[in-house]
Amino acid sequence: MSLWEYANPKKFMETSARLLPWVAGLAAAGLAVALVWGFFLTPDDFRQGATVRIVFVHVPAAMMAINAWVMMLVASLIWLVRRHHVSALAAKAAAPVGMVFTLVALVTGAVWGQPMWGTWWAWDPRLTSFLILFLFYLGYIALWEAVEDPDMAADLTGVLCLVGSVFALLSRYAVNFWNQGLHQGASLSVAPGERMDIVYRLPLYVAMAAFALLFLALVLARTRTEIRARRLKALIARERLA
Amino acid sequence: MRALLLRDLRLALRSGGGFGLSLAFFLIVAVLVPLGVGPEGATLARIAPGILWVGALLSCLLSLDRIFALDREDGSLELLATAPIPLEAVAAAKAAAHWLTTGLPLVAAAPLVGVLLNLPGQGTGWLVASLALGTPALSAIGTFGAALTVGLKRGGLLLSLLVLPLYIPTLVFGAEAVARGAAGLPAATPLLLLAGITAGAVALLPFATAAAIRVNLR
Repeated sequence: MSLWEYANPKKFMETSARLLPWVAGLAAAGLAVALVWGFFLTPDDFRQGATVRIVFVHVPAAMMAINAWVMMLVASLIWLVRRHHVSALAAKAAAPVGMVFTLVALVTGAVWGQPMWGTWWAWDPRLTSFLILFLFYLGYIALWEAVEDPDMAADLTGVLCLVGSVFALLSRYAVNFWNQGLHQGASLSVAPGERMDIVYRLPLYVAMAAFALLFLALVLARTRTEIRARRLKALIARERLA
Repeated sequence: MRALLLRDLRLALRSGGGFGLSLAFFLIVAVLVPLGVGPEGATLARIAPGILWVGALLSCLLSLDRIFALDREDGSLELLATAPIPLEAVAAAKAAAHWLTTGLPLVAAAPLVGVLLNLPGQGTGWLVASLALGTPALSAIGTFGAALTVGLKRGGLLLSLLVLPLYIPTLVFGAEAVARGAAGLPAATPLLLLAGITAGAVALLPFATAAAIRVNLR
């Protein structure tokens, strides 16, 4: 029994069919709990007022936007090294999800920034590097769409993902160098003086777990769709030959 | 490898087009910007480093799609892939030829264009140095992008979408070096970081480029 067994599409389909309702259900429950808790059962912040509650969408979305790219990187590496098709399809499935999380983080950030910083957008390093991450997602997805042969597309996007990861990191540091920002530091610092109060932190943890589950559920569902689409294509090709 | 480099240079020179075209484009960008933002010298001096670097980026981009496309059309890319030199060396030679025909003329023309944009005199040296150090990275990254899209019918637009985000670190450090130099501040740090990016890109990207060509020739 090894992890690689799940690289078999049949095995993956069986396992993910059993897993998906649970993951999706847990994600929905977690989101409901986190958002109701975060939006209605937390006190107003003494400086930010009610706008502080955007954090329960903003921070988990931003976290998953980055984690989705890391997951794509790992999946691309597995595809390039071990040629497991499920891995390539999972990377393809994760990209639009990650892009939407990036967009959610940018939009909720803008909505919060308008009353708090007095501007929708500032060329702050964090904001800028998220915009750059969005562009990387865009290019990655566009390359998947443009190349017709699926294996070739998987190879090329895999290489792009590896090179892109290096340059995305470089951009992050370049942008840091370029401008000092408005954005506050890490939301979940370990240092006691800097971190958020426990009444905000607990629902935030729930929201982060729920967003991670949501990502997992969406990627599983999308990977299943991709596998089915691939099977359908094979079937049609076989019919045409017969 | 040298034969390949010479062949590419000769092709670029004799076919017209590529060689002078990106230089002319660079000049036109530098002429259009003052027409757009107004002729005040102080404003122009303030934005000149950014405009010059963005202009260099865009004029590099123009000639990227022909790096592999023509060789692909007439089949010489297949021949190069089966040639006795490794494909990585072909990728490096292609990037070098692209730099010699696009990057180097830009470096040479940059002081003149800097005068057009009212770049302070003390920034000129930094401009030349940053372009000389940074444009090889642009060529190496662009060659990688061209290898990714060589199999596509209309890859040009996609090529810019793929390559421009990869240009961001180079642009940031390059423009920053010129801006600091023009303001009379110490500019060695961004220049060294820029050189680091170039060294990394020139050393490592030919491998990624060769991998992408192999996939496209399969």
